[in-house]
This record gives sequence, structure tokens and C-alpha cells, in this order.
Amino acid sequence: MPSPVSLQIPAVQCEQVSFSYGEIPILTDVSFSIQKLDAVALVGPNGGGKSTLLKLILGLLTPQTGTIKVLGVTPQQARRKIGYMPQHLQYDPSFPVSVMDVVLMGRAGSIGLGRYSAEDRRIAMQAMAELAVDGLASRPFNSLSGGQRQRILIARALACEPEILLLDEPTANVDPGVELQFFEILKELANRVTVLTVSHDLGFVSQMVSRVFCVNRQVKIHPTSELTGEIIHEMYGGDVRMVRHDHCCSEQGHSHADIL
Amino acid sequence: MLTYFNALTDPNMVFLRYALFAGLLAAPAFGIIGTYVVARRMTYLAGAIAHCVLGGIGAALYCQDRYELVWLTPMLGAIVAAIGAALLIGLISLRSRERVDSVIGAIWVLGMATGIIFIAKTPGYIDPMSYLFGNILMITGRDLLTIAVLDVIVIGLGLLSYNRMIAVCFDEEFARLRGIRTELYSLLLLCLTALTIVLMVRVVGIVMVIALFTLPAATASHFSTRIWQMMLFATLLGMISVAGGLSLSYGLDLPSGPTIVMLAGFFYLTVIIGKGLKNRLR
Repeated sequence: MPSPVSLQIPAVQCEQVSFSYGEIPILTDVSFSIQKLDAVALVGPNGGGKSTLLKLILGLLTPQTGTIKVLGVTPQQARRKIGYMPQHLQYDPSFPVSVMDVVLMGRAGSIGLGRYSAEDRRIAMQAMAELAVDGLASRPFNSLSGGQRQRILIARALACEPEILLLDEPTANVDPGVELQFFEILKELANRVTVLTVSHDLGFVSQMVSRVFCVNRQVKIHPTSELTGEIIHEMYGGDVRMVRHDHCCSEQGHSHADIL
Repeated sequence: MLTYFNALTDPNMVFLRYALFAGLLAAPAFGIIGTYVVARRMTYLAGAIAHCVLGGIGAALYCQDRYELVWLTPMLGAIVAAIGAALLIGLISLRSRERVDSVIGAIWVLGMATGIIFIAKTPGYIDPMSYLFGNILMITGRDLLTIAVLDVIVIGLGLLSYNRMIAVCFDEEFARLRGIRTELYSLLLLCLTALTIVLMVRVVGIVMVIALFTLPAATASHFSTRIWQMMLFATLLGMISVAGGLSLSYGLDLPSGPTIVMLAGFFYLTVIIGKGLKNRLR
């Protein structure tokens, strides 16, 4: 039986995309395709273009050459179907909002000038429950720890009811103790939605994704089963100590408590 | 204090009653829009809009006299100038590649200079001081009606856009990704700011009107964990500042605008100093 048409449209398709900030090239001639329900990690050195690639997929930046299609349409048209968790929230710590307020912002696109409906609240609560933070709903957002905030922002992205989830460094502020739990949650999500995770932590992501995209001016794609020391060396270039450390860890395939 | 209440009902002191009404009417608008302005950190933009209002007032006074346009009241000039400045500043800060703060600074002083030149060229003696620092003697019954109408518009739009405005103020990029036209909301907020400024120009003047935006909202932010609480507390603080300031200025024979602003500033300083002491003692 042929699969439905909607499954054949790739979640994200990049064709010969190049982007530069002024004179500085960030991404050169990048082509790839991500199928629906694929789980992909973007790794690579700082300044290699990971965040730029995410912003291109979100349509916040426009490539100088090449085309990007998200769910078969332009990034701007597909925006509402993408849930995005930014790495840094340019957020004013004295801004008085509750956790529920923040998660409800995932629903803000559908309310017009009006109020959030009971349905919006239900979806927000469900997103929080999925990340095991529903108990925090009435707390002030600025009273949370970094790791809790991270989860709230993922819940906010989920409250968009996305088909694609873009997570920029989801483990950046998570303490090693809860990382494993976090990992289980993300793995669970990957069964339902297409997940793109930016991470510096290859050991973490390689267990939950099927492919790793190494972003460093260009994009090289590696199935996780093929990750070898050589490839990892290539990804990170000169940063050998960090690569060895990571590599060690992923070979043993255990907890990441000893990663820097 | 008793004499102040007597004065409020004295038919010869109708201006005092008007000033109090104007202040109490304006307080909710200042509480709501001031909260957005403080949370969004755009006090500086509000300052620029306020100073441009003088340009509109001056132009209106000049045209009224020179071309006998009776309908062109200073209030109308103020509204047009405030909205114009808000749109100009909004478009520049959204679109320009120029350094935004330099451009805003330029609009700030040019608006003010335009007003002073027009006032100087208008025959008869007009005291710019009363526009700069407020003069409750100038409030008319018609002004009060205009204030009430603007008030309804500002409060209505401010509350209707509440959820989306918070989303835009909290995380503009995310709001844009949800399909919200964030530029439109930024312009709307600037226009609401402009109208709110006009509400109180008569009472406290264009130089000090910013104080009524920022001080009650900033004071309220120390007691609030939600935006609506901040709006509510800022409104109450605004009302107390206006009523208390007018009463003090009457009793002590002080200019009313500065007294209102001083009282609002006193609340703010008390709260931040009190909070600092509390943290130190802990």
C-alpha cells in the first residue's frame, strides 16, 4: 500500500543553501533532506553555523542562494507548524509572568485579540505534564532554576502542537542528575514529531537520533551507527581533547556525568 | 486636608476638580500602558514622543491664531504630533540601519525646538512653561471629555491585546514565529503610549509625563508576579500620586505637576530602598 502523500513530503529540504553575514560566509552550498519523524542532531564547533541553519529553517533569516522548504512550503508559511526552543531567551528577569503564562505563549498565534480558551489551557497543561513540570504552572517564571526553565521552554514549543520541533541546546542548563530523565522525554517526543536538536554534546544526542549533521560551513551527514573516532575528529577539527572525551563516552554508551 | 476637600467642591475652584478628574481618569491608562513600556524597556521612546508633543501644541497655537482655525486646539495638535512621532519612531526603530538611539534623540529635540519656535512666532504671550511642566488652571471641561474618550480607547485596546502584547514583550522572536505580526503590535504600543502621554500633558506637562509612566509601574513591579497585578498596582499608585500630589500642592501652595511627580518618585525610592534594606538584613 502506498504511503500517504503527506508522508512523502520531507519535513525539511535544503538545496544548495548558502548564507553569509556580510563578507563572512557561514554556510556554503548546504543540501540535505529530513524526512518526517526523523530525529536529527546538529553538531559542530561554535560559530560553525548551527544556529544560523536553525534560523534559516525558521525563516528568520533568508539564504542568499538556494532554497529551503519546510513541509513542502516556505519556512514562513510553515512557521506555525514548528515548535522552537531558543538557546538563549533574551528575557528580562524582572518580567512578571507565571510559568503558565509562558507556556500559553505557544498558543498566542491562534487567539487573535482575545483570550486563551479552555482548550488552549488544556494543551498547555498537557505539554507541561509531558515534561513533568505541570506542578510548576502557577510559579513565577523567574523563580525557576535554569534546568526547569529549559523544560518550560520546551513545553512552550510543544504547546504550539508542532509537526517539527527545533531545540537549540536543550541540555545546556540541565544538571547531569536529570539529564537521563530529560533524554527519555526527548526520545519519547521523537516518536511523535520530527525533532531537530542542536547540541554540543554528541554523547547525549547520538543515542536519541538516527542521523548526526555536522555543521561547519558545510553540512556532513552521518548515520549514528557509523560514528567513529575519525569522523568525530573531522567534525570538530582541531578540538581533539574534547573529541576524545566525547568519543570515549559514546563508545561506553553510558551516563554523561563525566562530560565537561 | 479639610480645606482641600472644601476646595474640591468650591464652584470657584472648578479647575482643582477638573485636575483631579483628569488624573484619576488617566491613572488606569498609565498603569496599563506604563506596565508594557517598563516591561519592554522603551521608556526612552516614550520620552521622545512626549517631547514631540510640544511641536504639535506650538503648531496648533500658531495656526489657530494665524489662520483662524478655531477648531485646531492645542489638544488636537498634541494628539496629531504624538501619533506622528510614535509612527515615525516606530518605523525608524524597525527599519532603519542608522543608530536608532541617535535618530530618536534627534526626533526628541527637533520636536521640542519646533514647538518653541511656533510658540515664539505666535502673537500674544504664551508661557511655554505651562506646557512643559503642566498647569492645572488650563484644563477645560472639553479637555476632560477628550481625556475620557482617549482613555476609553487606550484602556480598551490595551486590555484587548493583553495576551498577545505580553507574548511580544516577553519574547518577540517567538511571538513572530507564532505568526503574530510583532511589528504591528510594536507600533500599536507606541501609538497607545502617545495617546496616554496626551492624557496627562495638561496636568504634569510634557517633561514630567514620563514619570507617571515609569514610576508607578516600576514601583508596582516589586509587588507583582503577574502582569495584570503590575497594571492594577500601578493604576492604584498613579491614583494615589495624583490625588495626594494635588492635595499637597494645594495645602502647601506648590506647583501641582512637580508635586505629583515627587510623590510618585517618593513611593518608588521608598520601595527600592526598603527592599535593599530588607535584603541586607536577611
